[in-house]
Amino acid sequence: MEALALVLAIPLLGGLLLALWGEREVAQDLNAAVSFATLAAAAWLTVLVIRDGPLLVWGEWFFVDPLNVFLVTLTAFVGFTTSLFSRPYMRVERDHGKMTPGRMRLYHSMYQLFNAMMLVALTTNNLGILWVAMEAATLATVLLVSVYRTAASLEAAWKYFILCGVGIAQALFGTILLYLAAERAIGGGDNALLWTHLADAKHLLDPGILSLAFVFLLLGYGTKVGLVPVHNWLPDAHAEGPTPISAVLSGLLLNVALYAVLRCKVLADGALQDGLPGRMMIGFGLITVVTAAFFLSRQRDVKRMFAYSSIEHMGLMTFAFGLGGPIANFAGLLHMTVHALVKSAIFFAVGHAVQKAGSQVMEDIRGLIKVNPTVGWGLMLGTLAILGMPPFGVFASEFLILTTAMRELPWATPFLLVALGVAFAAIFSRVQPMVFGETSLRPLAHPPALLPVFVHLGLALMLGLYIPPWLNDWFTQAAHMIGG
Amino acid sequence: MQSLLAQSINLFAVALLVLAFAMIAQRRILTLIHLFTLQGASLVAATLVVAYVTGQHHLYWSAAITFVLKVVLIPILLHRVIDRLNVRWDVETLFNIPTTMLIGIVLVIVAFNVAAPIASLSASLAAGTLGIALACVLLSFLMMIVRAKAVPQVIGFLSMENGLFFAATAATSGMPMIVELGIAFDVLVGILILGVFMFQIREQFDSLDIRHLEKLKED
Repeated sequence: MEALALVLAIPLLGGLLLALWGEREVAQDLNAAVSFATLAAAAWLTVLVIRDGPLLVWGEWFFVDPLNVFLVTLTAFVGFTTSLFSRPYMRVERDHGKMTPGRMRLYHSMYQLFNAMMLVALTTNNLGILWVAMEAATLATVLLVSVYRTAASLEAAWKYFILCGVGIAQALFGTILLYLAAERAIGGGDNALLWTHLADAKHLLDPGILSLAFVFLLLGYGTKVGLVPVHNWLPDAHAEGPTPISAVLSGLLLNVALYAVLRCKVLADGALQDGLPGRMMIGFGLITVVTAAFFLSRQRDVKRMFAYSSIEHMGLMTFAFGLGGPIANFAGLLHMTVHALVKSAIFFAVGHAVQKAGSQVMEDIRGLIKVNPTVGWGLMLGTLAILGMPPFGVFASEFLILTTAMRELPWATPFLLVALGVAFAAIFSRVQPMVFGETSLRPLAHPPALLPVFVHLGLALMLGLYIPPWLNDWFTQAAHMIGG
Repeated sequence: MQSLLAQSINLFAVALLVLAFAMIAQRRILTLIHLFTLQGASLVAATLVVAYVTGQHHLYWSAAITFVLKVVLIPILLHRVIDRLNVRWDVETLFNIPTTMLIGIVLVIVAFNVAAPIASLSASLAAGTLGIALACVLLSFLMMIVRAKAVPQVIGFLSMENGLFFAATAATSGMPMIVELGIAFDVLVGILILGVFMFQIREQFDSLDIRHLEKLKED
């Protein structure tokens, strides 16, 4: 209970503190320290949950179970490593005159508040609070996307706000319908939106209302996940904001939105009993994977390309959770973990490469391996990992998803294979000259933060070769919770 | 008395819907803000009636929050924004108002059909108005699509929030208090951020035309 309080309170207080001191030189380290404290609290919480079982605290308003505890730790971990990466990155941006003191303060404060809101969304038991926290997480990042005040970044932020606002409004309508169903089944009042209560009574919920509610919830939270056709905000927001924000958006926010969909799917599955929610997720997931793969080959901006790659991977996860069953759910959870680790590592490497080249256009970035071998290798290995090369963890999860698809949904397999092939060709052919090739670039003024890149890739490698038994139990339990 | 009150909920619901249509067709920014304020007022009235009839005390609070937010605070903010941006007397050219209205009517029919099976299940006295609430949401959505300026788009967004609040009141006699507070807070922060945005857009493009914001496309 204290551990959970710390997990939520540290980033919240850190955000307030940085709102006062965010422009000072020490703020960079303070930001990292706050994120580290959050990670330590999250680790403590995880140990407690593994030892004593799930937590349900504060009038049942917050809970930690096997499904969300692993996402809490992942969020705190990537939040911490990104704050390490942001130190040298933001120093360079400031030296280039892109970040004024006021903008630095906004950046640091909102970074922590964004983390806090994601952690609230993950740990709350109340589906209404989940909605509020998701919206608050959007609001925290929207000004960060436009922080450079360029025409393109303003456009990206406006799109992000309006499209996600509309999307999240659909999710609110879905939540209202869910409450309507709950009122009929278990009575109204403050407890009617508590997920644990709803999950206990999910067989009593009216199937008609729940099917409509799930349509709205999937479309609404799906906007945040980046599902096609409501994905348009995602590439712009990823490409135009500061790179640390791209890393946390891609690695964390999309996961949290998918988590919200999963919680709702459990309820809809229980009420409907006909697999409709799963089939809808399969459909959306498949369209997303295929569309994103074909958009990949048309990109010129490196951050935009990896944003489309995120859309593709989120589609793959949605597809896996749509299939359901113990193996596909396990694979989906594993994919969530490794994608978050690898994609944020790629954004770290890309961030340094872009600063070096002074451009996000891929044709301007050349020969990284000559100027700065570690950045070059980081980008190359990260790219190989995200493309599903063995022995990285993405290979393991994609292999599991594909074999399950072959068994349960044979017609979908060729689409997935084609999409993965196209994505491989598109991304590899562009990254290869960026890493190798001739160059006239100069090294960076500040030493790049490469520890996070290689720690992330190392973890992704480990997950591909060996999943520790406790982590395995954990994934299995979580997969079981979402209908495995 | 009771049936009269129940009917007055329908009256306010219809007012909400008519105002949503009026906003789609309205070209003057100032009048648009007046219409939005009026829509907020009908939402407050509808909430008060539901609160009185059902005896749900927390709905009075909900009505109070809506009043402060949608009738007082947000309109004041919008007035200040259009004053400082000097767009108070702007008139937007809208193409094809009749076509837009026809699409709007189709949306209303769709909304009623979608909501009908669910409304018949709801125990709340204003259940029949769920269709109207969904129609308001869809109409605001349409407004956001057809408008090219920033301020009308934002008003469309806020009017969608009105429709959602009305859905919550009509179908379920109000969400839990803490959730409503959270939503209200998000809306308020959202409008403040949008205000900041409008100044940034204006500074960058010398205009509030969203058509400037269509550069980021796939080649």
